Amino acid sequence: MAAIEVDGKSFEVDEEGYLEDLTTWVPEIAGVMAKLDDAELTDAHWEVINFLREYYEEYQIAPAVRVLTKAIGKKLGKDKGNSKYLYELFPYGPGKQACKYAGLPKPTGCV
Amino acid sequence: MSDAKKFMYINRKAPYGTIYAWESLEVVLIGAAFDQEVSLAFVDDGVYQLMKGQDTTEVGIKNFSPTYAALGDYDVNKIYIEKESLEARGLTLDDLQHLVWEDEDEDWAEKDSIRVVTSAELAEIFEQQDITLSF
Repeated sequence: MAAIEVDGKSFEVDEEGYLEDLTTWVPEIAGVMAKLDDAELTDAHWEVINFLREYYEEYQIAPAVRVLTKAIGKKLGKDKGNSKYLYELFPYGPGKQACKYAGLPKPTGCV
Repeated sequence: MSDAKKFMYINRKAPYGTIYAWESLEVVLIGAAFDQEVSLAFVDDGVYQLMKGQDTTEVGIKNFSPTYAALGDYDVNKIYIEKESLEARGLTLDDLQHLVWEDEDEDWAEKDSIRVVTSAELAEIFEQQDITLSF
């Protein structure tokens, strides 16, 4: 089992780097995961990550990219609710990459 | 949309005794990405899947009932409940979750997704489908 180190604590992740137990998530995990991808998290990233965590909390699923894009547009404005904006923030795919940092499972429907 | 097919997912079983209910929901969510015309029907013990206030702590399985409320986001807004199945179990629409979808063309107006239909009406709806999947 792979693991990542965050502030001296070890967190188990699956072979694709997703957190095994989403209840163990702390915000610092996102930063460490981003560093592994050579990315740095800005407020704009956090808006999306926090949105995903709230979505999961309410519906118990990570939304598909299409649903995420629409919902972000509604909540944060049309200039953010489009694939271009989201892919610039998360070049590995807004669903996959942002969900990973948020400690969520891979979105349902992502293969 | 001209080549969109009409998909009907029929849900017949109680939510947690078997994997069917969750599997069906996952297939619906995955399938919804493909721009098809999706309908769901809940008949027999399947009506229990939409019960309010589900608590699975004692059975040690994830309570996935909140996920039904996401169906509207996935443009799945034709959800049929068979009237006879509800009545046979002493249930009414008030015992079920209130599922809605937001109409983007009407400034995100909330609309009901659930329709209670008789067995005869449901048979007619089934007749109009291209593909029917039974869980």
